Amino acid sequence: MAAVTAHVADVHAHEEHEHHELSFVRKYIFSEDHKTIAKQYLISGIIWAVIGGLMSVVFRLQLGFPNLDMAWLKPILGQWVSISAEGVGKLDPNFYLALVTMHGTIMVFFVLTAGLSGTFSNFLIPLQIGARDMASGFINMLSYWFFFLSSMVMFVSIFVETGPAGGGWVVYPPLSALADANPGSGIGMTLWLVAMALFIVSSLLGGINYVTTVINLRTRGMSFDKLPLTIWAFTFTAILGILAFPVLFSAALLLIFDRSFGTSFFLSEIYVNGQALPNQGGSPILFQHLFWFLGHPEVYIIILPALGITSEVIATNSRKPIFGYKAMIFSMAGIMFLAFIVWAHHMFVTGMNPFLGSVFMLLTLIIAVPSAVKAFNYITTLWRGNIVFTPAMLFAIGLVSFFVSGGLTGIILGNSALDIQLHDTYFVVAHFHIVMGAAAIFGMLAGVYHWFPKMFGRMMNAKMGYAHFWLTFISSYLVFFPMHYIGIAGFPRRYYQWSGFATFDSYADLNAFITVAAIISVAAQAIFISNFVYSIFKGKKAPANPWNSNTLEWTTDNPGHGNWPGEIPTVYRWPYDYSKPNSAVDFIPQNIPYSSTPESNLPHENEMIADEKEIEKLEFDRSIPD
Amino acid sequence: MAQQINIIQEKQDNILRINKWKFITWLFIISIVMLFASQTSAYLVRRAEGNWVEFTVPIIFYYSTAVLVLSSVFLHLAYLAAKKDKLVQLKTFISIAFAAGLTFLVMQYYGWQDLQTQGVFLKGNPSGSFFYVLTGLHGFHLVTGLFVILFAFIAAFQTKINAKELNRLEVCNTYWHFLDLLWVYLFVFLLYFR
Repeated sequence: MAAVTAHVADVHAHEEHEHHELSFVRKYIFSEDHKTIAKQYLISGIIWAVIGGLMSVVFRLQLGFPNLDMAWLKPILGQWVSISAEGVGKLDPNFYLALVTMHGTIMVFFVLTAGLSGTFSNFLIPLQIGARDMASGFINMLSYWFFFLSSMVMFVSIFVETGPAGGGWVVYPPLSALADANPGSGIGMTLWLVAMALFIVSSLLGGINYVTTVINLRTRGMSFDKLPLTIWAFTFTAILGILAFPVLFSAALLLIFDRSFGTSFFLSEIYVNGQALPNQGGSPILFQHLFWFLGHPEVYIIILPALGITSEVIATNSRKPIFGYKAMIFSMAGIMFLAFIVWAHHMFVTGMNPFLGSVFMLLTLIIAVPSAVKAFNYITTLWRGNIVFTPAMLFAIGLVSFFVSGGLTGIILGNSALDIQLHDTYFVVAHFHIVMGAAAIFGMLAGVYHWFPKMFGRMMNAKMGYAHFWLTFISSYLVFFPMHYIGIAGFPRRYYQWSGFATFDSYADLNAFITVAAIISVAAQAIFISNFVYSIFKGKKAPANPWNSNTLEWTTDNPGHGNWPGEIPTVYRWPYDYSKPNSAVDFIPQNIPYSSTPESNLPHENEMIADEKEIEKLEFDRSIPD
Repeated sequence: MAQQINIIQEKQDNILRINKWKFITWLFIISIVMLFASQTSAYLVRRAEGNWVEFTVPIIFYYSTAVLVLSSVFLHLAYLAAKKDKLVQLKTFISIAFAAGLTFLVMQYYGWQDLQTQGVFLKGNPSGSFFYVLTGLHGFHLVTGLFVILFAFIAAFQTKINAKELNRLEVCNTYWHFLDLLWVYLFVFLLYFR
């Protein structure tokens, strides 16, 4: 025993020594500590979310109130609001397209990929698997700063004279390839491509690090069947990123060549102002194949971390073991696998062979199986649990609600015959905003509310959290539910205004209603942001384990560099021992051995006590240099 | 009982015997494979659509392929030398491998020049554009590979590579052999699907 104590003291001294060496810049700016990098990702993500959210308000105003005088936006938008002779301000139609494009790009990549996966993978992987830091702190730091650089380029592109990219977030050529196609297809598009190339580098560096950390740096006893579902989700996400992002890079690279070096990968037989372009023999459909080979896995890159976070939050706050732990893992693995073989369901109307369309339709519909497994497992975990309605729990339940209602419309859209009618209508917009937009944002917010105490050592205000939840939840449904109706009515996406079509007049009120709901949902985020900022500085001091949770991160109070003072805890059990029969407490953390809980052990767990000695004896092979 | 044994074995597997840098290298290689897989499949899809101009691949690309294979051989010899602590040999072989890699790049450049005298330009039919993009993209990765060799080279001269400290050289070798193999694949691919 004395030897162990001495060892602990030794490690202590060693780490305190390290603390002194870090300057302010190394500690808070160019930090290699995964927790700081996570916070950097989170705060960058929130800033982007605000920008992306405000953009959506501007174009929603245009759609809901086509005759609105936008002169009051002139101070912000400048030349993009033109004032007519009567003094009525109108939004520039090209800038409307740019706003839609940037809203999509920002939300998909900068908020829900970097902001969600970047934050929680970085923060939780080392803390939940019991590691001192990521496999390579340096690569991790590089990953954030590539993301930062990419953010800067994208941010600058908003302010160039011809406006940011305007070809939609999918940047299909020829629209994105020819500068004459749209003002945003000039320098704005070039900056978009540069920013995305940097973003891909950042994602790859991050993803490679996450996978390596999970495989190589788990603590003693943390076998794969004891990993929290969050870690499984982050690992699958990282694998998806490693396999899919290089393909987007391919597409972007060939597009750069077409734009800047005169090649014809995607361009063929195009006339601009009556003049034939020299490009011959390219295929715009090829770009769609390359893009959607990333683009479809990308939606799972967004939703899987949110699902992982939800599993953890729901199990903790239902005070029940997660239902179907292995089923959850296999369904996520299934989703990951299927992600790569369904991309053409985005392309049913590109003139593809109908037989091929049926194959992709079948594969697409199969995704409903693992998704339904997950939804049922969440509901059965909640079933008869002692539910604690923390704000995080509400957001997690909100995610399940969105995942179900948005997933159902996915089954409709996955049918190639139905897709012909619904393609590029607001039905599609409603579908993906619910299932991957709102659901993923709810997962992210659940994560912030749940792990805020561990991140900043303080609690967030719960009452503000409840107000934030109910306003966001109700207004999100009020935005996206009516959108299905106008989609079925035939409203096409990416139209600046519909007042020219008499058939759409009867839906003008519904559009105005959606806009009002959208403004409420964006405004509700102000509650969250003020709560977030206020709580960082003035929140109530958080205890080490405020939610009585089982995973390893709650065993360390206010983790400093290296996460655990002294030795890293050893893991003996799975992370979901909540409300175990005969146990005096309703949670048994992962680092409690079975030998100290004889009253609640199941027969096979009593047998596993013998193995505990084996686990404790495990020595990390020090001959492998880091 | 059999299950019990399995569990114990699983736990022992927790301690990986693989260096994390090697693991990272393999993951990088996977992402590069995806990049080139997407490029070559785009090539095939585009080629299947017709309007495809065929041209003969300049002879210099055959020679450059040999040079690159040779550099891989020398890097492997360097590894064998390091394993036996023959540090002078290590330095010689690693230098030759580096020089061969550099020569390969120069030869690729001359290959491009030959293509242009043939009338195949980056601008024009996608068959030529793809040739330039694929060779160029590989060339870019080869430059990064040269930097990796350079780091190993510097480490070799600081005597940081020897029979007991092989990781740096092993990572370098894995990456370089991969780039070599990638080029052989690309070259055969470009010849076969002209």
